[in-house]
Amino acid sequence: MIDLRLKGVSKSYGKNTVVKSLDMKIASGELIALLGPSGCGKTTILKIIAGLQQPDEGTVFFGSQVMNSVPAEKREAVMVFQNYLLFPFMTVEENIAFGLKMRRTDKAVIKERVNEILALIRMEGMGRRKPSELSGGQKQRVALARALVLRPQLLLLDEPLSNLDAHLRDEMRELILRVHREFQVTTVFVTHDQEEAVLLADRIALIFEGNLHQFAPVRDFYERPQSERVASFFGNSNFLKGFCSGQAVETELGAFKTPLTGENESGRTVSLMIRPEHIIPGKGEDNSFLCPIRSKIYMGSFIRYRIEVGEGLWDVIDGPEARKGYEEGESAWFTFPPHMIWLV
Amino acid sequence: MTVLKRIILLGLVIGVILPMIPLFVWAFSGSWFYPSLLPQSLSLRSWSYVFHPGSRILEALFNSFFIAASVTILSLIVGVPAGKAIGMYRFKGKTIVEIILLSPALIPSMTVTMGMQVLFIRYGLSETLMGVILVHLIPTIPYMTVSMSAVFSHFDISFEEQARSLGAKSLSTFRHVTLPAVFPGMVVGAMFSFLISWGQYVLTLMVGGGRIVTLPLLLYSFAVSGDNSLVGALSLVFIIPSLVILVLSSRFLTGESSGMGGFGGV
Repeated sequence: MIDLRLKGVSKSYGKNTVVKSLDMKIASGELIALLGPSGCGKTTILKIIAGLQQPDEGTVFFGSQVMNSVPAEKREAVMVFQNYLLFPFMTVEENIAFGLKMRRTDKAVIKERVNEILALIRMEGMGRRKPSELSGGQKQRVALARALVLRPQLLLLDEPLSNLDAHLRDEMRELILRVHREFQVTTVFVTHDQEEAVLLADRIALIFEGNLHQFAPVRDFYERPQSERVASFFGNSNFLKGFCSGQAVETELGAFKTPLTGENESGRTVSLMIRPEHIIPGKGEDNSFLCPIRSKIYMGSFIRYRIEVGEGLWDVIDGPEARKGYEEGESAWFTFPPHMIWLV
Repeated sequence: MTVLKRIILLGLVIGVILPMIPLFVWAFSGSWFYPSLLPQSLSLRSWSYVFHPGSRILEALFNSFFIAASVTILSLIVGVPAGKAIGMYRFKGKTIVEIILLSPALIPSMTVTMGMQVLFIRYGLSETLMGVILVHLIPTIPYMTVSMSAVFSHFDISFEEQARSLGAKSLSTFRHVTLPAVFPGMVVGAMFSFLISWGQYVLTLMVGGGRIVTLPLLLYSFAVSGDNSLVGALSLVFIIPSLVILVLSSRFLTGESSGMGGFGGV
């Protein structure tokens, strides 16, 4: 398997720059998600890696080899498109065998490997069917099989789950994970759904308007986001402006202690961030403040408070084991544990 | 059968079948004078003339067929790639290329041929099969290009990208993926190019100068000379490709094998 590196890759269509000076390094065998809202340039990045688009600037490396001038058909990278693109006049078998046939693989070997892969996607005995006779989930599996049968170094998946309904998604996700484990193939997939990215990927590359905003392991997006925007893309979060001062962040509410201030020089303005589920109702040792409760909503497995923090409103999620029985309208103590605070 | 289908069928009968009945009767008539409704006697005289080696009809049949087939192949060679470029890609100067390619369809081919004839004479193409083939390309290439660009504009270019990503070189991609998708449209385009050339009279006469004899030329001269029986027989021969193509194209344009919509629905 190979590792993949993009160095300063840019791409524009006319005046519209869709990928801006992208640097990325993907290790061999990793499962990476390119995550971002629709039209942020994710698919273009995938096509540049596949060799179906030429970058205007920058270099694509597979291992140490520069790939820019290598045509798509010669790259050990196979792309699976969002809308499957099964060749309609070929049977399932012929579709899967297509790449091997192009490589002039021996007929007996083709047959063996097609059967092998049909078993992997649990579609034994369906090889003679035409794509029009398949369900959406089956089409997606055949499209994946058609790529996998080539044993590529690099598997590129464009929105692999987006066209499937809920239970098929789970199935497909299992299949992708299984395939990734079994073949140890470096995999890059594109998605606009952060949940999908979290559930599948080792690391996520978050892209807004062609810019890479954060490329990190999944946990970091919850716990150590690089900006308010990144934090907001991954679940709910609360923010408060302040400035660093010694071991604390001074805000309009008071001083919040946090171990992170050591890394920041005093006086720097920051945004203090904490997730709703990390706030503890009640008085604690550090960072406890009396806040008016604006609303309280019973959600079954948890209670959601909306509290006034300075001029803003924060969400607080109170789990079932810590129910304090606060009421709407009263002011109550809330604790913001120092190690749960993150500064952006 | 829906009402629409009935109307279309009725139109076909009135427009295509009915006018052929008199031709059919003429072709097998011996003597047939006014005011009798049917021929007084039947005869195969015209048919024996049609197939007589000395009549030049077999030669004309061969010429017509050879010219139309060559024109079809050449139109395909030019029209398929041109239609693909116009239907599938955006590029600088596309509008200009489109106008140049389509202009022969807009400008009456008579006027162009007048000018071309001068060049043809200079380069020895006048009164040759090659010259007639070339001049027939004036109406057929724009026709083929326009119909192919319509076919290709329905073809999802991602299929080609997918094929390349799976390891197919550009020629294999075209052969295994693009061609099967556009093939029905291509066949229909080819058949109509064949017909355009097959029915060509004026262009053949101008460039062929009477030396290159095709069926329409003979048909016209017999019609002028007033031998209705021969005109009937010759017309039936002349109309065969049209009927074959009518049947074939309706097959290609309807039902499962319709490829005008590319890979629709998959």
